[in-house]
Amino acid sequence: MIELVAQHPLLAALTALVGLAAVFGAILGFAAVKFKVEGDPVVDRIDALLPQTQCGQCGYPGCRPYAEAIAGGDAINKCPPGGQAAIKALAGLLAVPEPELDGEASEVKKVAFIREAECIGCTKCIQACPVDAILGAAKLMHTVIVAECTGCDLCVEPCPVDCIEMRPLAQTLADWRWDAPHSPGESLRGLRSRDILASDRSSSRANRVA
Amino acid sequence: MRKIWDIPGGIHPPENKTQSLQTAVAVPPMPEQLVLPLIQHAGTAARPVVDAGDQVLKGQLLAEPGGAVSAAIHAPTSGLISAIEDRPVPHPSGMSARCIILIPDGRDQWCARRGLDDYRGASPTALLDRIRDAGIAGLGGAGFPSAVKLGPPQPIDTLIINGAECEPYITADDSLMQERAAEIIEGTMILAHILDNPGTVLIGIEDNKPRAFEALRDAVAQSPTAQGIIEVVEFPAKYPSGGEKQLIQILTGNEVASGRLPADLGIVCQNVGTAYAVYRAIRHGEPLISRITTVTGKACAHNGNYEVLLGTPIRHLLAHSGFDRDSCGRLVMGGPMMGFALLDSDAPVTKATNCILAGGRDEFPPAPPAQACIRCGLCAEACPASLLPQQLFWYAQAGNLERLEAHDLFDCIECGACAYVCPSHIPLVQYYRAAKGEIRQQVGEKAKADHARQRFEFHQARLARAEAERTAKREARRLATAAAQHRVATAGDSQAAGPGLATGAAGDLLKAAMARTAARQASPEQQRAKLERALEAASDRARSAQARLAAAEAEGADGEQLDKLRARAEEARLKQQDAEHKLQAFAHPPQPPADAAESP
Repeated sequence: MIELVAQHPLLAALTALVGLAAVFGAILGFAAVKFKVEGDPVVDRIDALLPQTQCGQCGYPGCRPYAEAIAGGDAINKCPPGGQAAIKALAGLLAVPEPELDGEASEVKKVAFIREAECIGCTKCIQACPVDAILGAAKLMHTVIVAECTGCDLCVEPCPVDCIEMRPLAQTLADWRWDAPHSPGESLRGLRSRDILASDRSSSRANRVA
Repeated sequence: MRKIWDIPGGIHPPENKTQSLQTAVAVPPMPEQLVLPLIQHAGTAARPVVDAGDQVLKGQLLAEPGGAVSAAIHAPTSGLISAIEDRPVPHPSGMSARCIILIPDGRDQWCARRGLDDYRGASPTALLDRIRDAGIAGLGGAGFPSAVKLGPPQPIDTLIINGAECEPYITADDSLMQERAAEIIEGTMILAHILDNPGTVLIGIEDNKPRAFEALRDAVAQSPTAQGIIEVVEFPAKYPSGGEKQLIQILTGNEVASGRLPADLGIVCQNVGTAYAVYRAIRHGEPLISRITTVTGKACAHNGNYEVLLGTPIRHLLAHSGFDRDSCGRLVMGGPMMGFALLDSDAPVTKATNCILAGGRDEFPPAPPAQACIRCGLCAEACPASLLPQQLFWYAQAGNLERLEAHDLFDCIECGACAYVCPSHIPLVQYYRAAKGEIRQQVGEKAKADHARQRFEFHQARLARAEAERTAKREARRLATAAAQHRVATAGDSQAAGPGLATGAAGDLLKAAMARTAARQASPEQQRAKLERALEAASDRARSAQARLAAAEAEGADGEQLDKLRARAEEARLKQQDAEHKLQAFAHPPQPPADAAESP
């Protein structure tokens, strides 16, 4: 047998290639089973960049379905709560150009507020809330857990007595942050050119500018 | 002589410390009211344990810690709690926050104090509890609750007491060290005892405070216990040597790694003011109700240090120092390098208020306009944390938060040395603060988004489970109905095959059903009477309808009304017939009940 193979180079090459193919095929087959990826990691990564308000403004019932749609090729600019920041992050992840936001981003964070005196306890808002942030029971007053509310405003529409409103979240000492200063270009606007001589460092100049 | 290391960078701004050191520490008169913010530091707000209208004694607990990183608040004097409400607090935002308002009654009457004559007999945990209960927070400026810092999980081999006070104008620690050196030494010994007597106990002082250095050195020499344990170290003045990490580097040569704590190196660092407060708390049982605050600047006629009750409105302190509002360029809490402008002098002195700086107009002229960065690199030379300030500046301007973090933005101690040396007057620290705030906000939003995602997934899972349960129930009901029908059918078949043999399950089912029906029905006599009554009423109605129809016909009413009446009469007649049928059916039951089973 070995002699036969040795005497026919064609047969030798064939045997070697088939042998290699069998070995690598076995390794690949093993790897496919052993390192099988559950789910779609791209969807997970897109989902991680979405703001998770579950508001449905993108036209999908929640952030995860929108993430799946983006993975399937949908536009990345349909998320107003995420704003331009989310679009930028998504564009970075998917290596696509950064489009403008489709719609208007709201600057102020809002949370739902139930005027409790008017609530009739119909539980419709509780069923509408995607993150279970409304507390209450049938024929009993409902209230919003502010810390859990994502501000999606899905509860406003189903209320039969219109007792839910979206209120801007008040700023507290804990979430206050410093504003960025004006950039040099901006702060120089409105000054005459003789005011910005770099060699002029006397304090009188500062007073004159003021 | 101990070896002293140097820190990278640093600057030598004009010290301006002599103005406020001309007089001894004074006590300002009692203000009309004390405003005690529930949150005076980073961390959780304290929880009030008193209500408006309560009469409290000096040193009484007003608010307990609201979490692990939180400090208790005590009444600085005896008086009446007039309200717990939002008041302006000393904060760069100028916002208001919840405060306890105390109106002093002038008696300044202490509550019961329990001091410890010999702290050595007490366990470190007991002492730590006392420090926590006394509401002691770091008095250096950040106001971090001290008990948290004093109970590290790591073994501690070095205790450093920070008397550097490197920032210009401020002399609060200097005057404290000059006047109360013995108490500071005693407090340091207590801290050392709590930390299980670390091998090295250092007090670091800049060489621009010779009197404080001598006072402390003499106090150590005179103390029988501290001698040979505490070492008072003098080192060349340079801003910002008083930063915790900088002081550790100067005194030990070790650098605290990025993102780590001094405790990871076996080092705990406390301010001299904190050591003094610890002494008052342990030895005399006095909680932290006052602190030494420097009031200085050209807009104040009398510069000096005051032992101020916490909660004293800054306006009151300024009025006592001969403050001239018109000549004041900027009112700053803290020093000129790291302090922030106060927007409201009604804000009170808190545990972190080491200095009130009322700078004259020529002292603090408005900042010159920022010009373009010329890449001179002076900021990098001045940075004590060895960062690259101009790179950070570019990235902050571009909003590139990822690169900022990669360039260790969070190692910036915001000392302001870079902005001080910048020839283009770029407010660098402001950029860093804003960028830090933005990153923190993004981290917070990310955490909130993850939380919302988790809740949404739970919500979806719950709905799916409820739906699955409903489907399962429906299926079970359907199966049960089918089974029952099947049983009834088989039972009916067996009865049809041989009447009277209705035995087994089907027979029982039927009997039970019949019993239920019988129970629902009244006795035959009652039923009969009811049906007869119904027939009578129906006949009455039919008769009257007929009569009305006849009357209308006789009067010659219009067609529409006539039609209506005719319909009504017809309806009444049908009802009468129906009632008659029912009565007949009852009188002569058409079939025996046992056959009823065959009908379905």
